[in-house]
Amino acid sequence: MDTVLRQKRERNGVSFINDLLQYGVSSLSLGGLYALMALGLVIVYGILRLVNFAYGELVMVGGYGLLIFGETPLPWIICAVLSILAALFAGVLMERVAFRPVRNTSPTTLLITSFAVSNLLQNIALLTVSPRPRAPRLPEFFVKSLTVGDLRIKLADLIALTVSILALVVLTVFLRRTIIGLALRAAADDFTMTRLVGVKANMVIASAFAVSGFMAGIVAIFWIGRTGQTYPSVGLQPVLIAFIASVVGGMSSLKGAVLGGYVLGFLTMGLQTWLPQGVNNYRDAVLFGIVIVVLLFRPDGLIKPAYSREAR
Amino acid sequence: MSRAQVTMIRRFSTPVILFGIMLAIALISELRNDVVFERVVTVMFINLLLTVALQVFQGNSGLGTFGQYAFVTIGAYSSIWFSLTQKQKRTALPDMPRDWWLYEQHLGFIPSILVAGAITTVVGAVVGVAFVRLRGASFTIATFAFLIVINRVALQWTQLTKGATTVFGVPKYTEIWDALVWASLGVLVAYLFKESPLGLKLRASREDEDAAESLGVNSALVRWFAWTLSVFLSAVAGALWAHFIQNFSPHNFYIKETFLIVAMLIIGGSGSVSGAVLGAIAVAMSQEGLRQVENWVNIQRGRGTWVETVVPFQLVGFTEIIIACAIIIVLILRPSGLTGGREIAWPRVKPVTSLARPSDDSGAGA
Repeated sequence: MDTVLRQKRERNGVSFINDLLQYGVSSLSLGGLYALMALGLVIVYGILRLVNFAYGELVMVGGYGLLIFGETPLPWIICAVLSILAALFAGVLMERVAFRPVRNTSPTTLLITSFAVSNLLQNIALLTVSPRPRAPRLPEFFVKSLTVGDLRIKLADLIALTVSILALVVLTVFLRRTIIGLALRAAADDFTMTRLVGVKANMVIASAFAVSGFMAGIVAIFWIGRTGQTYPSVGLQPVLIAFIASVVGGMSSLKGAVLGGYVLGFLTMGLQTWLPQGVNNYRDAVLFGIVIVVLLFRPDGLIKPAYSREAR
Repeated sequence: MSRAQVTMIRRFSTPVILFGIMLAIALISELRNDVVFERVVTVMFINLLLTVALQVFQGNSGLGTFGQYAFVTIGAYSSIWFSLTQKQKRTALPDMPRDWWLYEQHLGFIPSILVAGAITTVVGAVVGVAFVRLRGASFTIATFAFLIVINRVALQWTQLTKGATTVFGVPKYTEIWDALVWASLGVLVAYLFKESPLGLKLRASREDEDAAESLGVNSALVRWFAWTLSVFLSAVAGALWAHFIQNFSPHNFYIKETFLIVAMLIIGGSGSVSGAVLGAIAVAMSQEGLRQVENWVNIQRGRGTWVETVVPFQLVGFTEIIIACAIIIVLILRPSGLTGGREIAWPRVKPVTSLARPSDDSGAGA
């Protein structure tokens, strides 16, 4: 009797650790994805003071890229790279066509412009592709799971985890070791000063949008890999998540965006795992309530910018 | 006429001209005797009221809000809690517990609208206290977050809203003339507010908050007042719409709808009430025109005529594309909208440019 009980307790202990590990892996992979989403938003905000609603549509472009290139006989990995490039290109184009002409107006005008661009792109997708969800070709590893002992981990989670960390490393190197990266960081701190020392504004802003599009492209692949479908409003959820993560982490700091992404990843998985279903339906309401509270009481988020620049 | 008299007449002429335009549209609709057109015009008047409500806050304060539809949601649902009889509630809101106080209430239509307006105003006034502390993009994001919060709550709180399922069988009250009267009242209120000392203070703090404060303007307070007034008007519009459309769900009060009203205001010019009115009319009419083009093309395609070779796909979302392009083009080329932030007035006088720039009328951008 005693041994049975102990065995049972041990098994419970093991399954508890398993649960925790599983939770850790899925939170880290989700958090990494969220961090990338938030980064794509914040890198533009830091320089232009533009909260880009149309960021979600860059994710959508990536998703449709996956769909369209997936119909060709190219290997999947090339399709993925091409979709990321498509999102990157869309980001640069968006800046050139819509945001450059209104760059020097109020933040509110910029916001409304991005709202309009978002609507425009969604409806173009609706018109030219299809209002119905479509499933792009995805490689097998998106549905496979890895079994280690009692632990079952989705391969896609592991890959998302790795890729997000890799992307963060690449971005850090890019920002710290290249001239453009230096210009981007300087512009995020004080755009006027950066221009005064001879950095071209157009170049900096265009590269910020390029980075933003690149992030959106990576996000698109894993986001659509999760749900398996792409549709005109597929970017809405990612852009909302990016909002929460960047507001919580700090709109003006790249570190803040990453931190906010991971915090949100752990929070989402945690709520999903341990909250009763009835309360869980209100999850989004709670998360956006948190956004409002953070904006009110800690407008700089968890991580404050290095030094406060001119208030706008 | 003396200069003062001209100014006086000009000032009174604006709401009169706007009423005239709205009345003319209603009369045209009556003369055409076309049910579809009448529906379009009725919805247009309700949207016009919403645009004017948005102008009261956004135009005078310069802060962009995407949260208006949160209050439209509350206004629409809370009006049907009171306007429905117990019998109607059993089908329209089947999840509302029978022993609730709310379940037994039944009021006439106009009291219901006013009660709905009051409830929503209380909610708006409370959150407004917090919101008016924010500026710029933070403000817009916070209002947007609020829209999402209310939307999710409405989707889940089945006792009050029937959740994501469509509410059926709301009695029809709003006819074209009701919509016209309420929209006209909205225009009048918005215009009086803009021209009142309070409105002037708010516009002053929009142009330069520090300077306005130094002259004794409590900008947070005037902003809060405009916000609350805007919430009330939005709630009334929501209630009117609920009793016009008769079947609706929380999905009818979300981003797409928000975008339409923002587009109407921006295209018309957010700095003036005339801008809101003309923007709403212009967008609604072009929307209807484009929709007819869209239908025509799709029908022609169905018949397999030459149209099919020119337009290789089913036209969906074409109207929205044109409106989105219009808003971007307006923001680029004429950031203060078609009216340039001025009121239409009679008699026309040349703006005085010799002394100071008439900053009063230059409602920049948003």
